[in-house]
Amino acid sequence: MVEKNLNKLYMAIIFLFLYAPIIILIVFSFNDSKMIGNWNRFTLKWYIELLRDREVLKALYNTILISILTAIISTVIGTIAAIGIYNMNGLGKRLILNLNYIPVLNPDIVTAVSLMTLFRLFGFQFGLTTMLLSHITFCLPYVILSILPKLKQMNKHLAEAAMDLGATPSYTLRKVIIPEIRPGIITGALMAFTLSIDDFVISFFNTGHGVSNLSITIFSMARRGINPVINALSTLMFIGLIILLLIINKRADKNTLKERG
Amino acid sequence: MKKIKSIAMIIIVLSILIVATGCGDSKPKLNVYNWGDYIDMDVLDQFEDEYGIEVVYDTFATNEDLYVKLKQGGSSYDVIFPSDYMIERMIREDLLVKINKDNITNFQKVGQSFLNLEYDPQNEYAVPYMWGTVGIIYNKTKVSQPLDSWADLWDPQYEGQIVMYNSQRDSLAVALLKLGYSINTRNIDELEQAKDELITQKPLVKAYMGDEVKGAVVSGEADVAVVYSGDAVTMIAENPDLEYVVPVEGTNLWFDSMVIPKSTQNQEGAEKFIDFMTRPDIAAKNAEYIGYSSPIPEAVELLDEEVKNDPTAYPSAEVLEKTEVFKDPMDIIKEYDRIWTEVTSQQ
Amino acid sequence: MKFKRYSIPYSLWLLVFIVIPLVLVVYYAFTTGDSQDFSTFQFNMENFKRFFTHIYTSVLLRSVNLALVSTVLCLLLGYPIAFIISKEKEKTRNILILFFVIPMWMNFLLRTYAWLALLGKNGIINIIITKLGFQPLDLLYNDSAVLLGMVYNFLPFMVLPIYSVLVKLDPKLVEAAEDLGANRIITFLKVIFPLSLPGVITGISMVFIPAVSTFVISSLLGGNKSNLIGNLIEQQFRYTGDWHFGSAMSIILMIFILLTMIFSYKFDKEKEGDGGGLW
Repeated sequence: MVEKNLNKLYMAIIFLFLYAPIIILIVFSFNDSKMIGNWNRFTLKWYIELLRDREVLKALYNTILISILTAIISTVIGTIAAIGIYNMNGLGKRLILNLNYIPVLNPDIVTAVSLMTLFRLFGFQFGLTTMLLSHITFCLPYVILSILPKLKQMNKHLAEAAMDLGATPSYTLRKVIIPEIRPGIITGALMAFTLSIDDFVISFFNTGHGVSNLSITIFSMARRGINPVINALSTLMFIGLIILLLIINKRADKNTLKERG
Repeated sequence: MKKIKSIAMIIIVLSILIVATGCGDSKPKLNVYNWGDYIDMDVLDQFEDEYGIEVVYDTFATNEDLYVKLKQGGSSYDVIFPSDYMIERMIREDLLVKINKDNITNFQKVGQSFLNLEYDPQNEYAVPYMWGTVGIIYNKTKVSQPLDSWADLWDPQYEGQIVMYNSQRDSLAVALLKLGYSINTRNIDELEQAKDELITQKPLVKAYMGDEVKGAVVSGEADVAVVYSGDAVTMIAENPDLEYVVPVEGTNLWFDSMVIPKSTQNQEGAEKFIDFMTRPDIAAKNAEYIGYSSPIPEAVELLDEEVKNDPTAYPSAEVLEKTEVFKDPMDIIKEYDRIWTEVTSQQ
Repeated sequence: MKFKRYSIPYSLWLLVFIVIPLVLVVYYAFTTGDSQDFSTFQFNMENFKRFFTHIYTSVLLRSVNLALVSTVLCLLLGYPIAFIISKEKEKTRNILILFFVIPMWMNFLLRTYAWLALLGKNGIINIIITKLGFQPLDLLYNDSAVLLGMVYNFLPFMVLPIYSVLVKLDPKLVEAAEDLGANRIITFLKVIFPLSLPGVITGISMVFIPAVSTFVISSLLGGNKSNLIGNLIEQQFRYTGDWHFGSAMSIILMIFILLTMIFSYKFDKEKEGDGGGLW
């Protein structure tokens, strides 16, 4: 019993540690002072200003745009690549798999600067395109790594059987392989989306004039004091996230109930 | 399965919406690259309204930052705001275009003392934006006696209270002035001494900061800091316990100007922008908002009495006499880079 | 099989966006000159010679040291929590793990920045301390603040892989050990911990790699006072514009990490075999 309580206490401390900064952000988004940590009085003005803040809204727009595009493109390329890699043998396969690990193991600053030298060499104009390309590059390996295990679990003879029965490769792909590995694809897409939306380092080095995502905006704001508008935005995002999770949870509950009953 | 499909649908619809709202404006664009916190953003809206040119605005933290960005290419800027010594370097490296003065009708409004300066002797490339000094700001209630010397920044009683600039020229200048050397010294030995001074000082320093120094001193996180005069004006307005002083050893006098880099795609628009920023009412608006000192006398006239007579922003001739403007270090720039890297890498 | 050629597009992508950039970085590392003008490049080892002088190697050592300490702290804090959660009922533990993931969906810069409000001289922790009648503490802009930032940001990376291994652990093994007379400590040391090693190794690398290369945390919470290797690289690319020296340091950092990984995976292979959870 004592141990149970100790466990609970420990868990509570860890969660307090994880959530303390988030609570701070939420509380001070309602504070009528520019300075965080200095409580004045309750206000909603930062939420109103958020709607008018060009810089922050544009950054939010870029962030969402890039992460959705990254998730879609890297999932498509990654799924095709994973199927290809799975069907390869020998040296080629080992080579691709090892190269695939490079962005995963490399510190993001190294990936970032190496891409920067590449874009510079090709004379790219730095901006949304370079940012998108670099995001896809560092998300792709994660997509592939989350799909490959599902391919391994799949019955090897399933695709062969389909094709022996006369299905074309693309039909087999759509009707047999993809449905089998769908959970891996979804995990991969979610991972790409999450990695992209939270990225700072890669974006920071590979963006151009006037193109910022939220991380870059926050980093440059941190130098002159963060505008509480950002606190308001993150509060809204946090609440949105929680609501989304609750809905998913509820629906999942309902589904299990239905299945049982 | 259904859930996945509906989520996928939502995502697709969202992305189409986002892409659709993103495109579709074909106004001419002007890429402006300025220091952080260095403009009244309303002025940009006003410019867009008056000229129908869309301003793409972005900020940098130090002259060196700006230089590297410009030099590495991959971005096209139309108007940038470097300081004196950096303008000198950019002219020397042929990175700037000459401004057509016929298009800058407000150029005649610039004060005499801001013309024909050493970094741009014929006024061919630069139109002054703001100017100021570097000094020490401190909290009167937290120090035993008023500060008046750069050497005070080495006083152990302020251990952990001092904030220095995270910028190589500014921090090295402080050490050089303390040692009694020129801030433009080309003597490596003197620079090495300055480096050692900064390393000695390091245990006393709370942090090396950029613009965040303002918040840190105003909120009482730090009590003593090296700041630009314009920032001092803003800080004192927020916290009257603060005092700005130009140390007795003298200081750096600086000028930030607007220039047009070679990479410009819209020189005409850039000149319109520079002309607009030099217009007295606009210059006054900016000066009022950011607290820095305008080189346009007519604009200064438009400011409040209190500001006009504030010695922090508009110091006396006596103070100005003991100042020195930064010069381009030219071939020894690598030494500056090395020294600063070594200072910040010291534990 | 016909699907083999499906890997061709990605092979090209790897070539263009992974292989060529790395070759470029290596090329920069072994040359000096004006970073923006290829005609000025000269092959030499100057950058590496420069790095292996006292000051820069000490920065690398410092970064490694801080990263190691934060990894150990993450392990010490994270293992128990992963263990406790893995013992819960399925529904509870899913929710608890979700609560570990949620903070990762909020911008990490912002969460790090919020620590300034907690640790500052007039920050919330110091307000509490002074209310209790103690002297306020200098919590910000030092190594402890940087460490705290690292542990805070990377703790979930330690907890998640360990948890995912622990949760798959066959309870019969534990029962068997207990039936054979092992007490709980012995069971843990001899059965549970060795079996969870793949997760631990994954966790260690997922914490160590970002910790050793960070420049954001040291600059936000450390006040730019003592560079980490990440700061040095950032400085070279963004500030002094010496891409050659920056590339050389990137290569050194990369090789260092690859060696550490190879070493730890070798160790892992000898012990158990299959890799850890998240990957």
